[in-house]
Amino acid sequence: MNKKSFGSRIVAAPYIVWAAIFIIVPLVIMVYFAFTDSNGAFTLTNFAQIGRFKKAFGLSIVYAVIATVITLLLAYPMAYCMTKMKVSSQRMIMLLIMLPMWMNFLIRTYSWISILANTGLINKFLGLLGIKPLQLINTPGAVILGMVYDFIPYMILPIYTAMSKIDNSLLEAASDLGSNSWARIKRVIMPLTVPGVISGITMVFVPSVSTFYISQKLGGNKTLLIGDAIEYLFNTGPQYYNVASTLSLILMVLILLCTLIMNRFGDDEEVVV
Amino acid sequence: MFKKVFAVLICVSLCFLLCGCGYEYFDLNLKSNYTREFAGTELNVYNWGEYISDGSEGCMDVNREFERLTGIKVNYTTFESNETMYSQLKNGGVSYDVIIPSDYMIARLKSENMLKKIDTSSLSNYHYIDESYKGLFFDETQEYTVPYNVGMVGIIYNSALISEPEHSWRALWSKEYRNMSLNFNNPRDGFMTAQKLLGYSVNSTDLDEWNKAAELLKSGKDVLQSYVMDEIYGKLETGEAAIGPYYAGDYLVMLEVNPDLRFFYPEDGTNIFIDSICVPSCVQNYEAAMLYINFLLEPDIALANAEYIGYASPNTAVIENPDYCYYQNEILYPKEEDLPDSEYYHDLPEKVRMHYENLWLDLKLY
Repeated sequence: MNKKSFGSRIVAAPYIVWAAIFIIVPLVIMVYFAFTDSNGAFTLTNFAQIGRFKKAFGLSIVYAVIATVITLLLAYPMAYCMTKMKVSSQRMIMLLIMLPMWMNFLIRTYSWISILANTGLINKFLGLLGIKPLQLINTPGAVILGMVYDFIPYMILPIYTAMSKIDNSLLEAASDLGSNSWARIKRVIMPLTVPGVISGITMVFVPSVSTFYISQKLGGNKTLLIGDAIEYLFNTGPQYYNVASTLSLILMVLILLCTLIMNRFGDDEEVVV
Repeated sequence: MFKKVFAVLICVSLCFLLCGCGYEYFDLNLKSNYTREFAGTELNVYNWGEYISDGSEGCMDVNREFERLTGIKVNYTTFESNETMYSQLKNGGVSYDVIIPSDYMIARLKSENMLKKIDTSSLSNYHYIDESYKGLFFDETQEYTVPYNVGMVGIIYNSALISEPEHSWRALWSKEYRNMSLNFNNPRDGFMTAQKLLGYSVNSTDLDEWNKAAELLKSGKDVLQSYVMDEIYGKLETGEAAIGPYYAGDYLVMLEVNPDLRFFYPEDGTNIFIDSICVPSCVQNYEAAMLYINFLLEPDIALANAEYIGYASPNTAVIENPDYCYYQNEILYPKEEDLPDSEYYHDLPEKVRMHYENLWLDLKLY
């Protein structure tokens, strides 16, 4: 272990206090609630209720996986094209990617309602062309679209950062050694951007799997995702805090497992590089 | 160049934000005096969404009028359901001075000692409240509540999209309206539609009746477009959905936007409710709360609220005012012979409540 100077401890102190109050304490409270009943006595009965939430967990994971794959497929080429552009255009595009994030995501989700609704923009336009209205809103597709739209910046940014860090001489060397452009992407760029992809996947998957609200507004509110179920429980009354905390805990453990697996995967790739 | 354009854009948008505050105060004809003794203090009001005249489209901004009159700053927050409000209060960590819950929730708050008595002798406008709304089951001694609004639930449909449905809750289960019908997104009202259709009391303590109602709701889920609360406004107004249950007063507000909307009270019976002004036990500014409550009872203020909200008013100064835009309205104030069969929600024993809250969760998880 390296010894830290007094100065660096002082600098770190606010962060440590912050982390203790706003990260560690809430986590401890959550774990406490998860293992107690409404009277505060130790119990495991909360965990016995998980069966009820099978579908919610399953749907959340499936939707989040699909949303993550789609964002990756969209973001990777996007980031690649960006790095090929002039620096000024890169800045402009970066601004455009960030711009929607200046708005609250609830408002952005609401605007998708008016785009996808049966009487919304798309269907009105189709109506003008004489095409029968499509059922767009209140479908799983709409929920996944909402996730992709809301979280795609978190995928583009780390991949873009990883790509722009690649030393151009590596690409030149690859060309000199006889790689065509596809081989350069496959054998140089892709391996070098794995860390960016990993953090992008984590940053999209985690909020997607725990999201609420998007499914309520775009999915017709008929089937709850796990985030919605937790919200319902917390909103219904204190007697449900325990079960809600148990669900949150399980969700956290699931996310942690996924992240660990992803990181292992990432490390292996780096070894190959 | 880009930076300059951007700076100008920001300036312009800020100007718009500031100009948005161009509210013109009303010339109020007040029936009592309001002391400025509490100027500078704050009053935390917790009310339903869309439940006070808020200054939009030229109507009165009740909170601002009150602030100007008394110098008390009103912190106004809204909730979507009685249950949300309850859990916020129960949670602690919040402080409200005035809340406006519904009847059964008042009974529950009262039984849990979460309400403070209201000193009606300090409310000089209290006599405007219609006697028939005093001393009801949730506050038999009339010490904790001041009635704010009265209403009943009915079905709203869009006559341009569908023909007149049979006057029963069964309409919400009709396959004819697949993907066009809505239902409530809160357990009590949601269950009410099924309970009334099955001929049960909404206050049943027979768990099996709740189970059967839950089964019925499950069977209708396939037909339903979505579970909604205030989003129903947009959905019915634009024709996104064709039929759904909501409060009569809200129908009148929607009707102004979409004249094709129609309304009826189902023959199976329905829910009647009273939302009343209460003071929670966590009150910090009791005197200001009394001033605020008295202000809400002012004929001018109650009229502005009744016209904005569209619910039936318990305030005689409003009901008897021929200039009131819903004066003798047949939907809000049905004649004796047209009165639908209706039932108040009562606070249910914890066992029943938890049973239906879990059934509702299972319905949504299903």
